[in-house]
Amino acid sequence: MSDKIKFTIDDVEIEAEAGQTILQAADAAGVYIPRLCANKNLTPHGSCRVCTVKVNGRSQAACTQPVAPGINVESESEEIKAYRKSLVEMLFVEGNHYCMFCEKSGNCELQAVAYRLGIDAPKHEYLFPSRDVDASHPEIFIDRNRCILCGRCVRASKELDGKNVFQFVGRGIHKKVAVNSDAKLSDTELAGVDMAVSSCPVGAILRKRVGFAIPVGQRLYDAKPIGSDIEASRTDK
Amino acid sequence: MTANKITIEPVTRVEGHGKVTIHLDDNKQVTDAKLHIVEFRGFERFIQGRPFWEVPVTIQRLCGICPVSHHLAAAKAMDIIVGVDKLTPTAEKMRRLMHYGQMYQSHALHFFHLCSPDLLFGFDADVAIRNVVGVAAKYPELAVQGVMMRKYGQEIIKATAGKKIHGTGAIPGGINKNLSIAERDEFLKDLDQQMEWAKGALKIAKDYTVENIGLAKEFANFESSHLSLIREDGAMDLYHGNLRAIDKDGNKIFDQVDYQGYHNYIAEEVRDWSYMKFPFIKSIGNEDGWYRVGPLSRVNTADFIDTPMAEEARKEFMAVTDGKPNNLTLAYHWARMIELLHSAEKIKELLNDADLQGEDLVVKGHRREEGVGLIEAPRGTLFHHYKVNEDDQVTMCNLIVSTTSNNEPMNRAVASVAKKYLSGVEITEGLLNHVEVAIRAYDPCLSCATHALGRMPLEVSVIDDSGNVLDRKSTR
Repeated sequence: MSDKIKFTIDDVEIEAEAGQTILQAADAAGVYIPRLCANKNLTPHGSCRVCTVKVNGRSQAACTQPVAPGINVESESEEIKAYRKSLVEMLFVEGNHYCMFCEKSGNCELQAVAYRLGIDAPKHEYLFPSRDVDASHPEIFIDRNRCILCGRCVRASKELDGKNVFQFVGRGIHKKVAVNSDAKLSDTELAGVDMAVSSCPVGAILRKRVGFAIPVGQRLYDAKPIGSDIEASRTDK
Repeated sequence: MTANKITIEPVTRVEGHGKVTIHLDDNKQVTDAKLHIVEFRGFERFIQGRPFWEVPVTIQRLCGICPVSHHLAAAKAMDIIVGVDKLTPTAEKMRRLMHYGQMYQSHALHFFHLCSPDLLFGFDADVAIRNVVGVAAKYPELAVQGVMMRKYGQEIIKATAGKKIHGTGAIPGGINKNLSIAERDEFLKDLDQQMEWAKGALKIAKDYTVENIGLAKEFANFESSHLSLIREDGAMDLYHGNLRAIDKDGNKIFDQVDYQGYHNYIAEEVRDWSYMKFPFIKSIGNEDGWYRVGPLSRVNTADFIDTPMAEEARKEFMAVTDGKPNNLTLAYHWARMIELLHSAEKIKELLNDADLQGEDLVVKGHRREEGVGLIEAPRGTLFHHYKVNEDDQVTMCNLIVSTTSNNEPMNRAVASVAKKYLSGVEITEGLLNHVEVAIRAYDPCLSCATHALGRMPLEVSVIDDSGNVLDRKSTR
């Protein structure tokens, strides 16, 4: 029991295991911190910054920052919530995110986090980038219009599927997810069952011919907001 | 020399944005009048490259008034694409219920909110009361009925499509949900009241037409061919059937045509002054091959209606023209209310069918490259035609929407009314409204017709021989 590390998130005392990140410890304690690039099965990436918290007054990504005894973590302050909201608002205009006819709507983490953060209308001017789709694979459809560059597919393909199908190329606004072939997705060894496919939080990598099979009302985030599953395990309520 | 052109812009109480121009000569005689659709959209182009299973949800975004029609027409085309020629009973009946809910709410909206001010107050009544607020003030019961009937239809759409507007229910090869017992019982509870209101609305439309038959025979009246889907036994069928076209006397131009080959029978012409195309029957040619669609045409083409009250109403309707096709533009309202009652009867029939609680929702088949889906939308026959490549992406899309088919008829109606009522007289707002009344009879959806994105309204101009605008009516 002496291995437990105690710290606070928004003044609530949390017990963590040594080596856990703040995000892992918060999840275990039933405290939801919004995130997009983080996934419990993947190595932390720290790129989307949506899980930003203040640790003893300094901004850190909760998904990469290890817990330490006695730290004060600030997560749900107005200042932090405003930061997160701004980050997600920028993601929405950087790509072409048309929730109204996207088949991922209702099951999309970007959309769900936006609702959770209280974003109900676009704030910034759309950039309308010209992005491509790759429909060449018999089972998988890639729509880069909806990619948020979270890198989950890159990590899942490497760490879980052992294939390394996806990789980032380009810099800045020109950065995109490429596939490890000269031409198209069908030339890679990607399979429909790969974790790289199911790890996509948005509608960028989709299994073909699924579409709108799940009716409105039965989708993942129709009944409860994202993070509700984590909060359900909270013990100090 | 005085040059005269009147512009009515926007035309009001229609769905979408358009304008009317009326040309006058030196003696103030109307020489020409046209309905221009000034929106441009482009859904046929930007759907290219999208995956086919997304199409029924994406393409319906070209309209917020009857998106269910586009949703279902696209889904029917995608059924063909996924190699499915017959849906499960649950899937087909759920889609039909969605469609009759749509027909019910759309017809109620048009009758009570868009056209009733003209019928209740007169075409040239004070514009301050000739609107839906005026109807609510003088006929509060009717205004409430209109709202409640629309709500009922919208709730049916929500229960079948998932949302009242732009739902996701119909998917290639079937439907994504059935109707729960609780949902069914909720609709059954209000059904009798709805049926009474539908009968009441039919009576208003019928009585108006019969009492004003003299006006109806001279107002925007012209003979035309009519086109609709028809069931194999000749019954009216708003969801599915084969194509039937009849001429002004009721002779069949073609009958029981499988719509997968519609392009062998129908073609479209582009004219430089409107974003809306002009479809025509190929065998007759582009000059005289134009035809009408919608409630008037459907009642004219049907041998019978398979629900008792609507069939009785159809017989009364056809008796006015001795069983021959009714070509009166103002009779659209009566025909529309016959369909409103028919939709209510069909909703009742479906709600009492246990197939709606079935669990078998989707059928799978072998992929095809091309598919056509047709449906009778509230405003008439709606055509969706797609080609899909081996990577599942749409490569071609052609849409002929109901209002497009009624393009030439609406232009004829506008020209007829302008010549009859505006020639050689002092133009007043009330007289210009006659032009709009003629357009409104067709319940056009101008947004759909150009597959357009943009602002709403419609505008009527009076232009002289030199092209100068003399007068213009616009609410902007």
